[in-house]
Amino acid sequence: MSLARIFDVAGSAVSAQSQRLNVVASNLANADTVAGPDGSPYKARQVVFQTLLMGPAAQRDTNAGVRVSTITESQAAARRVHDPKHPGADADGYVTYSNVSPVEEMVNMISASRSYQNNVEVMNTARNLLLKTLQMGQS
Amino acid sequence: MIPKLTASLDFHGQALLLRAERQRLIAGNIANADTPGFKARDFDFASALRAATAGTPGGVATEAGEGIAQGVLQPGGRPAPILRYAAPAQTNLDSNSVDMDRERAAFAQNATQYEATLRFINGSVRTMLDAMKSHHQA
Repeated sequence: MSLARIFDVAGSAVSAQSQRLNVVASNLANADTVAGPDGSPYKARQVVFQTLLMGPAAQRDTNAGVRVSTITESQAAARRVHDPKHPGADADGYVTYSNVSPVEEMVNMISASRSYQNNVEVMNTARNLLLKTLQMGQS
Repeated sequence: MIPKLTASLDFHGQALLLRAERQRLIAGNIANADTPGFKARDFDFASALRAATAGTPGGVATEAGEGIAQGVLQPGGRPAPILRYAAPAQTNLDSNSVDMDRERAAFAQNATQYEATLRFINGSVRTMLDAMKSHHQA
């Protein structure tokens, strides 16, 4: 049944998007953290999506779900602020903050949330169609 | 007699299966809206339906080899529709060709047409039931 497979496809997308939202949340939470004793600050993380072909072999080509293949760390330079009175300052008086860009993260969050909603709507539509299919020939 | 009665049911049954398949395909496009390198796909419903119902009573005549992928059979022995790649309206840096507006419109349209096909089937069933019942009521 083709329609029932929509739940697999949209479900995989919803879970991938929620993982993306999770990563955005931890990036935003760590936007202002400073480098620890080892000197390396938090690095912004990004999920990488990949198409996941799922279901029985005959339908595999058309059943395109999504999964998070890897989570990459941003290699952008850390933000350094001159603040000699800060307890985390180094010998030159600089404090190293994480390289999270809050603006980028907010944009990412809105995009993830829209995609999440889209896929929930897809599931709702598929559910309605399936329920109506179940009532076929009854009325 | 009975094959003639059920011909329209068979036809709408095929249409319903293809509609469900297209719905699934579009759901996959929407799911992959943020996947780098993903190409949106769709199939031409009219030629797929022509190919699926060719040669059956109540089916539409088809031109040779139209709308079906050669040699690819789906469960139930139906030929798989030929998938085509959507031309992106705007180019994208990650070469993803899903146009969310178009996909959502196609999704809504296909859902409505699926429901329409369901009603056609319900109507045919009711007509047949009425035809069977009328003898007793008269």
